Amino acid sequence: MGLMDKHAIIEKNATLLLVGSLLVVTVGGIVEIAPLFYLDNTIEKVEGMRPYSPLELAGRNIYVREGCYLCHSQMIRPFRDEVERYGHYSLAAESMYDHPFQWGSKRTGPDLARVGDRYSNAWHVAHLSDPRSVVPESIMPSYAFLKDAPIEVKDFSTHLVANARVGVPYSDDMIAHANADLMAQADPNADASGVEKRYPKAKVGDLDGNPQQVTEMDALVAYLQMLGTLVDFKTYDDAAGYR
Amino acid sequence: MKFGTEIVVLSLFAFAALVAAGFGVEGPFRQHMGVLFFAVAGFTAILLRNTDFKPAAPIDTSAYMDGPIRYGAIATVFWGVVGMLVGVIIALQLAYPHLNIQPWFNFGRLRPLHTSGVVFAFGGNALLCTSLYVVQRTCRARLFGGKLAWFVFWGYQLFIVMAATGYLLGITEAREYAEPEWYVDLWLTIVWVAYLILFLGTILKRKEPHIYVANWFYLSFIVTIAMLHVVNNLSMPASFLGSKSYSAFSGVQDALTQWWYGHNAVGFFLTAGFLGMMYYFVPKQANRPVYSYRLSIVHFWAIIFLYIWAGPHHLHYTALPDWAQTLGMAFSIMLWMPSWGGMINGLMTLSGAWDKLRTDPIIRMMVMAVAFYGMSTFEGPIMSIKTVNSLSHYTDWTIGHVHSGALGWVGMISFGAIYYMVPKLWNRERLYSLRLVTWHFWLATLGIVVYAAVMWVSGIMQGLMWREYDEQGFLVYSFAETVAAMHPFYVMRAIGGAMYLTGALLMAWNVTMTILGHQREEQPMPGSEPALRPAE
Repeated sequence: MGLMDKHAIIEKNATLLLVGSLLVVTVGGIVEIAPLFYLDNTIEKVEGMRPYSPLELAGRNIYVREGCYLCHSQMIRPFRDEVERYGHYSLAAESMYDHPFQWGSKRTGPDLARVGDRYSNAWHVAHLSDPRSVVPESIMPSYAFLKDAPIEVKDFSTHLVANARVGVPYSDDMIAHANADLMAQADPNADASGVEKRYPKAKVGDLDGNPQQVTEMDALVAYLQMLGTLVDFKTYDDAAGYR
Repeated sequence: MKFGTEIVVLSLFAFAALVAAGFGVEGPFRQHMGVLFFAVAGFTAILLRNTDFKPAAPIDTSAYMDGPIRYGAIATVFWGVVGMLVGVIIALQLAYPHLNIQPWFNFGRLRPLHTSGVVFAFGGNALLCTSLYVVQRTCRARLFGGKLAWFVFWGYQLFIVMAATGYLLGITEAREYAEPEWYVDLWLTIVWVAYLILFLGTILKRKEPHIYVANWFYLSFIVTIAMLHVVNNLSMPASFLGSKSYSAFSGVQDALTQWWYGHNAVGFFLTAGFLGMMYYFVPKQANRPVYSYRLSIVHFWAIIFLYIWAGPHHLHYTALPDWAQTLGMAFSIMLWMPSWGGMINGLMTLSGAWDKLRTDPIIRMMVMAVAFYGMSTFEGPIMSIKTVNSLSHYTDWTIGHVHSGALGWVGMISFGAIYYMVPKLWNRERLYSLRLVTWHFWLATLGIVVYAAVMWVSGIMQGLMWREYDEQGFLVYSFAETVAAMHPFYVMRAIGGAMYLTGALLMAWNVTMTILGHQREEQPMPGSEPALRPAE
């Protein structure tokens, strides 16, 4: 009986066909994905990475909500033109607290992996409100409504808890102060020293030009202004991180 | 009582949605639950209006169960038109950004509506109704599980409505082609398991000893999508009364899990399932047997094994370790072979019936579908080569590639299957008009050619502009200049898409008239009837 004739056995047994095809399709995923969880060199050793501050996380959620990732990547490839245009190529370590990742797949607009500190807060607010007022060629939609949308929170600490449950190292201290930190980071009248202590390099103060209210615009600008700024590349060894 | 249980269960479901709408922790979630309440309550009201207390008429359990398939065919056409219309709108938004209406109708919220609309609503309904049509006829068995097929159909429509309205409200997991949030994912899991039970149960009660090849593809598509969906959507909600959840994985692991899913949404949803469609409808319409039984065995096992490995080619030169990228590239190139195995098996099925291309616009549509399948599965492996990918990635070339597969292969084979099934499902002698099918064929084909060619030019141009240096070693173009250079191509792409949409509208008209029982009086296709010749 030839091999092809033996196939008749599978063709006559639906359970065998089901189990057989399920086994065949699991192999690739197991071989490719599973090692990423235990191979030590998957994520480079770097200094400076920390979890997002509550306001940055809220801003990141707005970035996700508005589908920014559909036009902007956050992944600089190790090519001469990309490194010159956007900065040091992206490391796996830089997105290790990103649930979900935001590497993107299309650059209708430029890469944003290192957009932090490149422009002023006022530029970001103007650009998000009316993109063509600062970049005439832009085809980006307007997000002016963010300025009028107050940050809506019932209890933001639940968001930190959910992140902690999937592996982000939020301390009890961070979780306990989550709601206060969320507001304090963008309120010029509040004491933001706790935010700066818990989240080094966080951008504090009024970010959206409206000191009366903490808005979604504050949150999004806080997130954009820290993108790609955490890792200290003076201490990073390219050769050791190569894999 | 007719629909008694359904009405009680749905009323409780609607009540639960109302409670969630009242107690949700954030605005969008409350609004989304409001949508759910009105959808379920509206459906319950329709059932209440159609209920009665007379004993139910006995059901002829020896006949095929075609009710859900008829609904599925209509849903396919309806969602197809909606999804393609949204596609044309977002294409125009890229050319004319003032068409964005914040916040609900900005590009970022509409694009998932377009992709999910065409992939899951149009493609999903096409797969659902053709798979149930094919499995009954090739197994000579009525659908398993009584009303289960109705649950699968309506459950899937509810998933579509919840996913679509969620995107507009800004409820998304930001995983491409898997954007719905955790509670919609859970609902889809329930519906999908019911679909697996329905399909497998029907195969198990078959009267044919052999399981026909189309069913192998449908079965592997259903079971693999279940696996991909569950693993890729593992996430931790911030609150069970809120929409936001955080993916179980992060960064590099999350990226590869997502593209393992994303590429196999293409491989299994848009390929294996539609190959099942090809293996039934092409031989039927051509009235010829499948070209090679041996080839179908070899390429079935090869394609389902190899496809799963191809995900990392979406992450070339990223922070994904090199070994995974190289592995993904190698398997993507190998994938070319089984893909072409399927194409050859489909095309060669026409051996001895090639003359039908002149006279039968439906078979012409199917052949064009298989031809586009061959073209895009050739282009895909090329784009997965790292050197090529360094140019093509992040540009419109990828978008063009996707559309040659989606419009050319998935769209055309579905149109062919719809044109084949509709007259049979409604017991009509023939379609309302074959001439309209010809118009549809040419509008769709030319639309794809415009679309793909324009995206090749704009994609390669943009990739080259990004890396253009002058003789002193400076980058020549700012990013904004490369955006401005895209404008004429974005306009032309919208025109290509609009042509394709027009074809789909003709199909909707043709299918509607067929269902209503009309036949258009028209000249037969030239050559379809032997012409009388005077005796000499």
